[in-house]
Amino acid sequence: FFGFAVAGMRAALRCSFRVPRRLGGTPSCRMFSTTEGGILLLCDHDNKSVGSSTLNAVTAAAKLPGDLTLLVCGENCESVAQEAAKIKGVSKVIHSDHAAFGHGLSENVTELVVELQKANGFEYVLAPSNTYGKDILPRAAANLDVQPISEVIEIKTPDTFVRPVYAGNALATMQSTDSIKLLTIRSTAFEAAELGGDAVSIETFTPAKPDAGMTTWVKDELSKSERPELGSASVVISGGRALKSAENFQMLYDLADDLKGAVGASRAAVDAGYAPNDMQVGQTGKVVAPDLYIAVGISGAIQHLAGMKDSKTIVAINKDEDAPIFQVADYGLVGDLFEEVPKLREKISN
Amino acid sequence: RPCGARCPIRRPFLRAAVAAMRILVAVKRVVDYAVKVRVRADKAAVELKNTKMSMNPFCEIALEEAVRLKEKKIASEVVAVSIGPKEAQETLRTALAIGADKAIHVTTTLRPDQELQPLATAKVLGKVVDQVDPSLVLMGKQSIDSDASQTGQMLAGLLGWPQATFASEIEIQDGAMSVTREVDSGLSTIKLSTPAVVTCDLRLNEPRYATLPNIMKARKKPMDTIKIEDTGVDVTPRLKVLSVEEPAQRQAGEKVGSVEELVEKL
Repeated sequence: FFGFAVAGMRAALRCSFRVPRRLGGTPSCRMFSTTEGGILLLCDHDNKSVGSSTLNAVTAAAKLPGDLTLLVCGENCESVAQEAAKIKGVSKVIHSDHAAFGHGLSENVTELVVELQKANGFEYVLAPSNTYGKDILPRAAANLDVQPISEVIEIKTPDTFVRPVYAGNALATMQSTDSIKLLTIRSTAFEAAELGGDAVSIETFTPAKPDAGMTTWVKDELSKSERPELGSASVVISGGRALKSAENFQMLYDLADDLKGAVGASRAAVDAGYAPNDMQVGQTGKVVAPDLYIAVGISGAIQHLAGMKDSKTIVAINKDEDAPIFQVADYGLVGDLFEEVPKLREKISN
Repeated sequence: RPCGARCPIRRPFLRAAVAAMRILVAVKRVVDYAVKVRVRADKAAVELKNTKMSMNPFCEIALEEAVRLKEKKIASEVVAVSIGPKEAQETLRTALAIGADKAIHVTTTLRPDQELQPLATAKVLGKVVDQVDPSLVLMGKQSIDSDASQTGQMLAGLLGWPQATFASEIEIQDGAMSVTREVDSGLSTIKLSTPAVVTCDLRLNEPRYATLPNIMKARKKPMDTIKIEDTGVDVTPRLKVLSVEEPAQRQAGEKVGSVEELVEKL
């Protein structure tokens, strides 16, 4: 409540002083609400529901001044807009439905984001730091002449942010001097916002020229999985090169099913073809921070640690007792994974 | 114009006569991926002195792809560009040894890991694109120092060109380009018009090593040097780095003797 009061006072101050000067005309609060301030968050989704990293970004947005508008764009994504309107902390939803926004084609979505920012004067434009947000937000930033900030893990003040650099081996605190701030939010650094609030208004918007005509979608090959999403699972079991084959990964899938967890992989395991690319955990793959991370047959290279070292509890099973993974593991078990993993499953199922 | 009359990079006289495409590859010199970096005592930056540097791994992949496209006769010429201190010339020599035809070095004294920021980089690359006139710009998906993953998207945005990020497969046939991208949920394929910007992911290819004869030959290949000031781009950092700190270290863990003990602890 205190936060709201401060934001409200700030808004009131801006309303009486800055807006009239800038517009050179009559002071009007109604003008203010549509001409300056506020946060626009790009919502990622699969045409069915709001992406979980968007919920984390909503929590991050609450630390910034201004009302939060969620942009739900896509093709036939009406249900997503309705779900988005019920996220606690969201003030408004803009729903843009057009074939040009299907499959998240960056050129078209970027144009839309830039147009909305210019029309509404949003002070912040946010996106989750996943492949969707990372594809679109920098392009929008270039068109707004702004230096964006990727993978924000902490919001210190309205213009000062913390982000990891060098594979998470250093944390840089940076202050933006741009008047508009574009950020992608690392989902593991913020709690997920709750769904199920009172529905806020949904405004529909279609730009005059939605399709930039530069790219067309051809096909998707999505990995189907019944297990929880890797990025938001509370338990993650990851395998490395020591698994020796794709068939042996089944051991980890079984263990994950017992623990209702997700399965990840090291780069070595992905490169060897034991697991698909989208399972890679690390600097250049996915960043996870589950309650429990079990690293099986993973040595613990810098690049891998960058993707999992914020996990609450880390367990390592490796036969090399000098493996670097043991330096970050809370509990380490030195042994042959082909013996230890089945034992672990047995023990858990009892 | 950033380049004067003496600038050796010129547009081709007869563009239509050039059947195959020219590719511009942007490469960055970064701290070697295997080095565990240390934060400087003054907490202003990461220590770069006496640290092993090499070409950013994703840039190697971009370069390899460009060279392969040339070997398939899809590309006519590969131009490598790097923005950085004088040592960036070593990175460009490596690029020439791997198969680039010529190199452009944009010199700057700004630290490429935090002072030279992606917006400025993209604007400078935009000027280089004006000069080189490529039909494809290949870049890495991110540099492993600043981990921003922005420059390619920003360059595409500034040029008004289509982009394909996180590419794991590039197919070019009769001037039509389709790119398979690595996205969170799997793979996604898009078709792009050219000219375009493509940023490369790990799985695109396996970069080759430069052979000794090629390293020798690379010494004779042309390298142009441009001062960043002469590009006319305002490179003033938009982000002020207030501090760089070590992340909190994890508490030392313990080794357990058996699965039973492990489950008990959990």
